Amino acid sequence: MSAAPILTVNHVEMRFGGLRAIADLHFDVAEGEILSLIGPNGAGKTTAFNIITGYLKPTSGEVCFRGTNLAGLSPNRVSRLGLARTFQRTSVFANDTVFDNVMLALHGAAHGAGVLDALFNLPRERRGEARRRERTAEILDQLGLTSRAYAPAGSLSYGEQRLVGVALALATDPTMLLLDEPVSGMNASETHNFVRLIRAIRDAGTTILLVEHDMPMVMAVSDRIVCLNHGQLIANAPPAEIRTNPAVIEAYLGKSAATTRIEEELAHA
Amino acid sequence: MSRYFPPLLLVILVLLPLFVKDPYLLNALITGGIFTIGAISLNLLLGFTGQLSLGHIAFFGIGAYASALTSLGFDVGLFGGVRVVHEAWPPLVGFVVAVVLAGACGFIVGRLSFRVRGAYFVIVTIAFAEVVRLVALNWIELTQGPLALTSIPQMRLGLPFGGETVLRTKAQNFYLMLAVATLCYLVVARLVSGRFGRAMRGLKENEPLAMSVGIDVTRTLTITATISAAMAGAAGSLYAHYFRIIDPDVFLFTYTVTMIIMVVSGGKGTLAGPLIGGVIFSILPVTLRPYMAPEAQWIVYGAVLILILFLTPKGLAPYVDEWFARRRANRLPAPSIDARAEART
Repeated sequence: MSAAPILTVNHVEMRFGGLRAIADLHFDVAEGEILSLIGPNGAGKTTAFNIITGYLKPTSGEVCFRGTNLAGLSPNRVSRLGLARTFQRTSVFANDTVFDNVMLALHGAAHGAGVLDALFNLPRERRGEARRRERTAEILDQLGLTSRAYAPAGSLSYGEQRLVGVALALATDPTMLLLDEPVSGMNASETHNFVRLIRAIRDAGTTILLVEHDMPMVMAVSDRIVCLNHGQLIANAPPAEIRTNPAVIEAYLGKSAATTRIEEELAHA
Repeated sequence: MSRYFPPLLLVILVLLPLFVKDPYLLNALITGGIFTIGAISLNLLLGFTGQLSLGHIAFFGIGAYASALTSLGFDVGLFGGVRVVHEAWPPLVGFVVAVVLAGACGFIVGRLSFRVRGAYFVIVTIAFAEVVRLVALNWIELTQGPLALTSIPQMRLGLPFGGETVLRTKAQNFYLMLAVATLCYLVVARLVSGRFGRAMRGLKENEPLAMSVGIDVTRTLTITATISAAMAGAAGSLYAHYFRIIDPDVFLFTYTVTMIIMVVSGGKGTLAGPLIGGVIFSILPVTLRPYMAPEAQWIVYGAVLILILFLTPKGLAPYVDEWFARRRANRLPAPSIDARAEART
């Protein structure tokens, strides 16, 4: 990957009172790359996600996306810039149908219609609604959710809800997509399909930043892996090197743990 | 099923004055209707965005005072010896001023309180209502304070072919109330159905997720509060020109509670909800009057409300819808054994 960085995390620090959740985090994401952020529980991965997408303001440091400094931008503004995200747990509007979920996420694709257009059902609003319905059908088709379109999103299986979460993010037409533990709660075949989906999204031109605990999946899909431990960046390398990186192994298993176990696990990946 | 209720109610109400001539009954319906407009406006905020305005009557009262003062005229001394003199304008202009001013107040309250979520909006609205009440009570030169603004002119409407008519009779005022209520209902129905309505639903259900797909939560809430307050202002204006006398008691907390009761018992977040609640709590006082004193009536209201919420926690409209949905499901042929086995796995 020699492309220019699309996202730059520049010496970000995050403190919650006396707790330092992230210390001096810095990495780049190249355009068209699939980059994974890994680390043991509490390493600061989700905090990093929340900082990048504007849900948390970093104590110091900055995040730049396509040359725009994201400092002080609210999450909805960040989303409008083309940086979309999914969430770990609550990832859908549970009471609405899958179709309405995606319609809702197409909010940004307003085609210029405002409150007054909506109030008087002006042509602009009607055109916008028609286009949103078309686009919703496309997205659902892309993710294989068409048969579930009219089911309440909350009634879907965990794996399907994750897909709806991705559908919501894709609806914002992102240039970069942040996925927070997308395959947790999925079975092996669902995970397999999801990897294919991630690749397809990347091949369609969307850069991907992934946080995931499923090591085999991370190893299989990533171009590069960034490893965090206790808020510190401890490795930044392609999967093959991460497998054998002593600092990463130590972070996951502790200093005295037999290296054979991690090697075994990673070898299976 | 509850979507058939609003048009049905409209037909009944349009025909009603042809049969009902009793001025007492019409008066009760007009009063109830005016507060139902308040309930419709409150439902837009409370039902569709989940934000509780406990000072909603402030916007109603501001509308009432704005409309009354615009049509009465006033002569007030401000600081530094400046006097503001306003000649009386037609009541219809007062109505427009009421809507705009109440909407502006809703906008300001929204801007102040929606930057942070949680109980702030509730607290700010309570405080706002109390402040406005105290102003109405103490700015005697403008509002006459507890002496009340009296002789507020009746609403006058221009006729299509010139000239104008003064709404003197109960039936005329009834139709005016009905027209404004219908308009407010249609505005809410339009707003909640399209892109804006989805944004409201989204931020109510899952705010972080709504933000992640680019919905400006603060802006959506502020716009909703503005529209809601403007409608409450319209109701206030109708109140002022119908009763022709207003005092600071229009800001009483009880009236906010009345609107909330109408919304909650009918079903918040549904279009028919405030109408159903409005009908029940407009008719109840009329039906109970021959049998009990006003004090005893309050106890019955309380009992009815508790009963409704006990039997239908989400309110009557969602309950009716679910009941019909169940009945329809029962009438369909039972799914085959294969399908049922499949559903179980």
